[in-house]
Amino acid sequence: MQYLPNILFAIALVLGIGYFTKNVKKLIRNIKLGQHVNVSNNKSQRFKNMMRIAFGQSKMVRRPIAGILHLIVYVGFIIINIEVLEIIIDGLIGTHRVFAVMGVFYDVLIGSFEILALLVIVSVVAFWIRRNVIKINRFWNKEMTSWPKNDANYILYFEVVLMCLFLIMNAADQTIQIMPGAPDSHYVKAGSYPVSQFLLPLFDNFNYGSAVILERTAWWLHILGILIFLNYLYFSKHLHILLAFPNTYYGSLKPKGQFNNLESVTKEVKLMMDPNADPFAVPEGANAEMPAKFGASDVQDLSWVQLLNAYTCTECGRCTSSCPANLTGKKLSPRKIMMDTRDRLEEVGKNIDANKGEFKNDGKQLLGDYITHEELWACTTCNACVEECPVSIDPLSIILEMRRYLVMEQSAAPAELNNMMTNIENNGAPWPYNQMDRLNWKDE
Amino acid sequence: MEVLKVPTMADFMAEGKQPEVLFWVGSAGSFDDRAKKITKAFVKILNKAKVDFAVLGTEESCTGDVAKRAGNEFLFQMQALMNIEVLNAYEVKKIVTCDPHSFNCLKNEYPDLGGNYEVIHHTQFIQELIKSGRLKIQGNLYKGKRITFHDPCYLGRANNEYDAPRDILKNTNASIVEMKLHKRTALCCGAGGAQMFKEPEKGDKDINVLRTEGALETSPNIIATACPYCNTMMTDGIKAKEKETEISVLDIAELIANSEEL
Repeated sequence: MQYLPNILFAIALVLGIGYFTKNVKKLIRNIKLGQHVNVSNNKSQRFKNMMRIAFGQSKMVRRPIAGILHLIVYVGFIIINIEVLEIIIDGLIGTHRVFAVMGVFYDVLIGSFEILALLVIVSVVAFWIRRNVIKINRFWNKEMTSWPKNDANYILYFEVVLMCLFLIMNAADQTIQIMPGAPDSHYVKAGSYPVSQFLLPLFDNFNYGSAVILERTAWWLHILGILIFLNYLYFSKHLHILLAFPNTYYGSLKPKGQFNNLESVTKEVKLMMDPNADPFAVPEGANAEMPAKFGASDVQDLSWVQLLNAYTCTECGRCTSSCPANLTGKKLSPRKIMMDTRDRLEEVGKNIDANKGEFKNDGKQLLGDYITHEELWACTTCNACVEECPVSIDPLSIILEMRRYLVMEQSAAPAELNNMMTNIENNGAPWPYNQMDRLNWKDE
Repeated sequence: MEVLKVPTMADFMAEGKQPEVLFWVGSAGSFDDRAKKITKAFVKILNKAKVDFAVLGTEESCTGDVAKRAGNEFLFQMQALMNIEVLNAYEVKKIVTCDPHSFNCLKNEYPDLGGNYEVIHHTQFIQELIKSGRLKIQGNLYKGKRITFHDPCYLGRANNEYDAPRDILKNTNASIVEMKLHKRTALCCGAGGAQMFKEPEKGDKDINVLRTEGALETSPNIIATACPYCNTMMTDGIKAKEKETEISVLDIAELIANSEEL
């Protein structure tokens, strides 16, 4: 029976990581429902962008208060996770603080974990206050319905609990370490505890047995909490802690003003303009790739990078808070575009799961059922949302794809825009003026 | 009144010559009454600096930019391919335009379709003329005036050009005051993405009014623009705020032309 804890630990680890892996596979499958897009070019520039924007948090700190608080939580998260490695080794082979052999370095390590843990708690409390007490506008827009709001708060509670468990675990460990005549040497004298030492008075009257129980409880809850947190990610906006990296890597390298040219359209337009083309000719290789449709009406019509964008969005709302349409009370919110895309993609994914790997038409689509025409036509294509996003998400490209569908597949543009386009077709200007009058200004 | 010298590419071709640069006037610059003034101001600057330029005149057609942003990729590519045919036939190498939308479209979206040119915005061109000494700014018309510059989205965020217009303004001896939202964070005037040609969706305010309020916070004498659409939107915003007698909305080209009494 002495190996029972090791076995239980191994089972917890396998379950936790196994379920997470299963969901990651689903995530990848869903993202791959998107259209192919070539993003294999310019690897070094892409890598630099990832290091600067995701790893270096360069765009987060443009809003200094949120940026610095986030930086603390981010650094804390990454560094404190080194501790998780030790926990896993200890849990599997039954050692205690196996890294203690590193001596002074270990003391420095544990000491800095503790300081970071305290800073994380302070930052998370500040985040909670900003969200729930100060009620910063961007956390209270219309699309922030109950789940997005709760999701954000759950993560904050989770982080506080995990950090507290870490500090309690250390405090209990110390209690044992300094206890006169403690019976065995399992609890090695190691580590430095600049923060949790202040918790010691709480455990003054603990005897050896109860201190061990407290230490073990905190240790187990801490690692189980981490495994639960890991598995919560897939269901949460918090996926950005993983996806920010690929998302910034695959983000656009072009000037923001450059919208892609549809190749399928180029082929048709060139054919139309070629005086030698036979209008009745069967297109070369009749089953050659013909686009199913122009633009996007559902998630499968978007590119896989746009779908990755949707999963990466952490709903911070910087985009929406800088959107001119949203600031003037229009329905458009770039964040909602991303949230809708993810929600619909999840719905499609569940549909596929329920129908043995094949999507069955559910009579719904992203356009109309999630995103309304009114939202799409309110966009000024000003790129403020793209500029603001700290993880290189491009809501504008999705808006454009859906406008393309509306105009080219459904001729459903607002009447005034149809007039404008008819003018361009007829006389080469968006207004009804004759092209022959184009140079009249010089003599007026 | 001095006659504007506006040669066409066809004129140059007839003489077997190539101009230094093609001035892409754009639809607004050709037909919109307010934008035509900007076009003329820029031509005056080109004439003054003795720039060997030409326009396409009646051979120019809409870039298709606005159709593309409205979602009509067909119409955009038709326009683009027609224009590229004309531009390539004249062996155009360098293009300057007063419209950031044409600038962005010609510079970024034409190359894929076979149109490769060096494309610059008129503020970049004027900055270059000043730097190289071809254009000297001596006038003191704006000395002591407060000027705030409204960044066009398609020059600023879209193409990362924030300095050229500001550099030019520094030459006028005016004091340049920045709005709270400027450069990267500049608020759109409300005309982009084909909004110029339609009524806005329902909301509680017009975007140009919000932007104008941001400009008014700087207590400016002049709001400087670098885009014909921004100019219209800001002018309308100033009218909505009933400030048109105190504050003028002028394109950078007009500011320079006025300052030099061109």
